[in-house]
Amino acid sequence: MKAAVLVFPGINRERDMARTLRLTSGREPAMVWHSEHELPAGTDLVVVPGGFSYGDYLRCGAIAARSPVMDAVRKFAAGGGLVLGVCNGFQILCESGLLPGALLRNENLRFICRDVFLKVERSDTPFTRGYNAGQVIRVPVAHGEGNYIADGETIAGLEGEGRVIFRYSSPDGMVDPNWNHNGAINAIAGIVNEGGNVLGMMPHPENHVEAEIGSTDGRGLFAGLAEALKKAA
Amino acid sequence: MKARVTVTLKSGVLDPQGKAIEGALRSLGVDGVASVRQGKVFDIELEGGDPKKAEALLKQAADKLLANTVIENYHVEVLG
Repeated sequence: MKAAVLVFPGINRERDMARTLRLTSGREPAMVWHSEHELPAGTDLVVVPGGFSYGDYLRCGAIAARSPVMDAVRKFAAGGGLVLGVCNGFQILCESGLLPGALLRNENLRFICRDVFLKVERSDTPFTRGYNAGQVIRVPVAHGEGNYIADGETIAGLEGEGRVIFRYSSPDGMVDPNWNHNGAINAIAGIVNEGGNVLGMMPHPENHVEAEIGSTDGRGLFAGLAEALKKAA
Repeated sequence: MKARVTVTLKSGVLDPQGKAIEGALRSLGVDGVASVRQGKVFDIELEGGDPKKAEALLKQAADKLLANTVIENYHVEVLG
């Protein structure tokens, strides 16, 4: 796995992400500054980390989505390259047009910082091959704007094509409004693009990979990616 | 030349901030408010004096950055 972690001004989760990539793949990722026009040669995974790029000015992720490095990411994704966006990274991917829809202010208007339960909808993607379909994982969220929305046609497409990968759920996998913390439509926590090679998700799996933290539920995502990329190489 | 771009949420899009403001107005005793939708206003100073060019430029700015047309509408005004 030759991962590249994008770095924008105001991002603050890039080091958590780099640490997780190192722990799960054994290889140090490249940190790529937003003004770069190209990704490092041989990159096989681009990660857009969480934080508050450009202070969330204008709209979350709006300014970062229009930075030079994102043109390189678009090209990489168009060629089938794997892209993972977490939290602000998900917002950036939506703003850049790599994923459909948008992330609005949480329904209850509060910044939500807590562990949540996610139902993994599919295990046959490079991002979720480390899990079983229907499995519930516990990972943290930390966001004020995670309320996913898209028009009816887009939602029907996402659901019909099995492109909803993670949903907020109860600890036993029930999808229920009480467990849909931010009010996202259909409790959507993570989706993939049409090609299945770009995943965006609000929760932070990178923060639950070490037993000392209290949960390793996020590890499957990164270990699965490392496996998928080893096979591809 | 002065111009203004107004960005508002599309009608189907839930606006929790607008709802909160609506509730606050009610609790302040401002009667007669049926609903509130929140938006953004950008006051922009333009170089040059051609209003047609200005309008095209403002639309470009709105499409490229100021508005997310997935969830927002925009309106451009050249104020002269």
